[in-house]
Amino acid sequence: MATKKPAKKKPVKETKTKSTKKNPKKEMATVFIMGKAHEVPAEATIMGAIEYSGYQIIRGAGCREGFCGACATVYRLPDDYKIYTGLACTTLIEDGMWLSQLPAIPAQRPVYDIKKLEANVATFQKLYPEVFRCLACNTCTKACPQDLEVMDYIQAAIRGDIEKVMDISFDCLSCGMCAIRCPAEIVQYNVGLLARRLYGKYLAKESKQLKKRIKEIKEHKYDKEYQELKSMKTEDLKKKYYERNLE
Amino acid sequence: MYPEYMNESLKKVTQSRNKRFELAKSGKPVFPPMSAEEREQVLDKFHPDYKPEARRKIHVGPNKGEKLTTEVADMLESHSRIKPELFDLAQADYETDILIIGGGGAGCAAAIIAMENGAKSIISTKLRLGDSNSMMSQGGMQAAVTSQDSPAKHYLDAIGGGHFDNKPELVRILTEDGPEVVKWLEDLGVVWDKNEDGSLQVLHGGGTSRKRMHSCRDYTGAIIMRTLMDVVRNHPDKITSLEFMPTVELILDNKGRCAGGILYNLETEEYFTVKAKATIITTGGYGRLHIRGYDTTNHYGATGDGLVIAYRVGAKLLYMDSVQYHPTGSVFPEQIAGFLITEKIRGAGGQPLNKHGELFVFPREPRDVESSAFIKECLEKNNGIETPSGRFGVWLDSPLIEMLQGEGYINKNFPAMHRQFIRYGIDITAEPMLVYPSLHYQNGGIEIDEKCKTNIPGLYVAGEATGGVHGRNRLMGNSVLDYNVYGRRAGKYVAESIKSVKLGPLTLEHISNYESELKRAKIKTDRIAPVLLPSYTPENVKKRQLTAHYQGTLR
Repeated sequence: MATKKPAKKKPVKETKTKSTKKNPKKEMATVFIMGKAHEVPAEATIMGAIEYSGYQIIRGAGCREGFCGACATVYRLPDDYKIYTGLACTTLIEDGMWLSQLPAIPAQRPVYDIKKLEANVATFQKLYPEVFRCLACNTCTKACPQDLEVMDYIQAAIRGDIEKVMDISFDCLSCGMCAIRCPAEIVQYNVGLLARRLYGKYLAKESKQLKKRIKEIKEHKYDKEYQELKSMKTEDLKKKYYERNLE
Repeated sequence: MYPEYMNESLKKVTQSRNKRFELAKSGKPVFPPMSAEEREQVLDKFHPDYKPEARRKIHVGPNKGEKLTTEVADMLESHSRIKPELFDLAQADYETDILIIGGGGAGCAAAIIAMENGAKSIISTKLRLGDSNSMMSQGGMQAAVTSQDSPAKHYLDAIGGGHFDNKPELVRILTEDGPEVVKWLEDLGVVWDKNEDGSLQVLHGGGTSRKRMHSCRDYTGAIIMRTLMDVVRNHPDKITSLEFMPTVELILDNKGRCAGGILYNLETEEYFTVKAKATIITTGGYGRLHIRGYDTTNHYGATGDGLVIAYRVGAKLLYMDSVQYHPTGSVFPEQIAGFLITEKIRGAGGQPLNKHGELFVFPREPRDVESSAFIKECLEKNNGIETPSGRFGVWLDSPLIEMLQGEGYINKNFPAMHRQFIRYGIDITAEPMLVYPSLHYQNGGIEIDEKCKTNIPGLYVAGEATGGVHGRNRLMGNSVLDYNVYGRRAGKYVAESIKSVKLGPLTLEHISNYESELKRAKIKTDRIAPVLLPSYTPENVKKRQLTAHYQGTLR
């Protein structure tokens, strides 16, 4: 399984939800959205803060729960030289945060036919030769809002270890933060996606049960059972349903 | 991190855990499942749909006189965004075989299969390709693959879960195509959770009699959706994706056949016409209408646009009075209120508990029953846990999963859930989650037959936008299956059906007719639909936005 990093890049602020009382008074904070100051609730997410300030988001919001990667955001904090990356939907604001959303990430992506590819390192050499320019600087890993070991899976791709790329990149959201920070101009998330597809199609062990069941269905094995169920009166069907045994 | 006042209740959860673990491990039922009568009672008294104000009569259109979900009736009784007379339909901006409206799972599956059957398509999508509820499903997809299971058992589970209202033939197709879909997706490169010998890992879901939930950790939808998108993107010559360009009206030809749509570019505010031999609506659901004021698990664009445009051309809706609330929406911390907590948690042995640390319902009832039981526990029995912002919830005991399945199971199988909560200092391997029902799924929709056909020639629908497959309540894992099964079928049948199609002159007369019908029914409203995007602008800001020209209304 994917290695979990022991510590977050940025310590979780314990004060955020540690209210001891019910219905505490709302505290406010100042954030700079694309440079402009706004007063927003101190416990807001970045997305909440943007909407609270009156913006109607068109680009920069998707699933709003940390699955789609539409809301990549870069920010800086007061008295801190570092540039931070996060998803607007799951990152909490901090007082003095200066933030900007990235509406889309430019990324190269070759057109390919998965049926004509082979699950080996040559495929990466052909489709994503820039992968081999990796400097092992770890900037991609630091940029990942999912805390994935991005550099490790790029290194695995260089070695042709497709299973490892699949495993480490599994939770990737394609937000593009790694690609935008990479000094070697690699598009990590597309490499991960290709590796996962290669693994699923060529390397995952086949399920015999599945093959057998598909064959049975094609041979109309269940037609009779379906016909019986479909021709039953609702009352009888109900009885059968409530009496069915559970695994 | 939970506030201190919850400690007493959390302690009770810990205290009762060992006993619950012993019972669960013994294989005996951890709580008696409800009988038919008990289900009816709890639904009638506590399900949000059963409140008198939850439904109202609609006064126009093909379902005129029927009672629909109030927010849906409001949305359907509204004006078009366009003035038909401003469009020159003689010269279409785009011409293609099939217009697919919606770039989620059903839309991409339809485009792929249509392409394999020789048809080109345009996908019109409101946000980015793949921005959809399909992307967000966590727990899995049902398919009867194991030897102790059968597609017919799956059929009975789905029909019983849907309160016997499902259209039988649609359920047969759904369940019988299941195993084939598992294979199809794997051949495209989906990485299913498997055992060492290659057999598929399966778990229970609410209302399943056999373990048949197939998953990709708890990123099932994300893995499937990104795979389908990748296939679409590998065929730019056959499939054109138009992003941030939702379809806001359908176009008919002079014989009443659906012949494409009017697209609206959200960014440049231009309108475009697409002429197509057939149209497939795959717009998904309506969670962002926040029915009955509920939080939702749905993505940003889930505003039921397909229902509106289909209804205006006369397509019939089915079971548009039934809303699904997912039992386990997050309710604390406030920042993630409404977020989905996958049913796979209960499939793996997680249990819902009241403030006394007691199990009060069988953990895997069908969703509507389970949700109603949660609401009853909180509102009637007063056994819920109050959050700092005044919401109520019940515990969802996840640490029990580690005891049942072994240490490390949560990190390996629920990385998304673990991540969601650790951000707020809650470690779900050691502490339970606090949950309450959240608006999740549109049970009803546009009525279709086995070939995804509506009552309007040339108009097809697949996925959550349809009605009939799930009756009045969908089981977990059947929507991922639904959008694959019916997305594929739509692609196949539409590609076959258009070979002989010759369109007549195009018209938008149905828009004017609908307007006249609104007038005759004496409906006075400034509502405009499709809604396109929800607004989360605070009231004090709205008051200053004096042009009243938000995205999502007229400009």
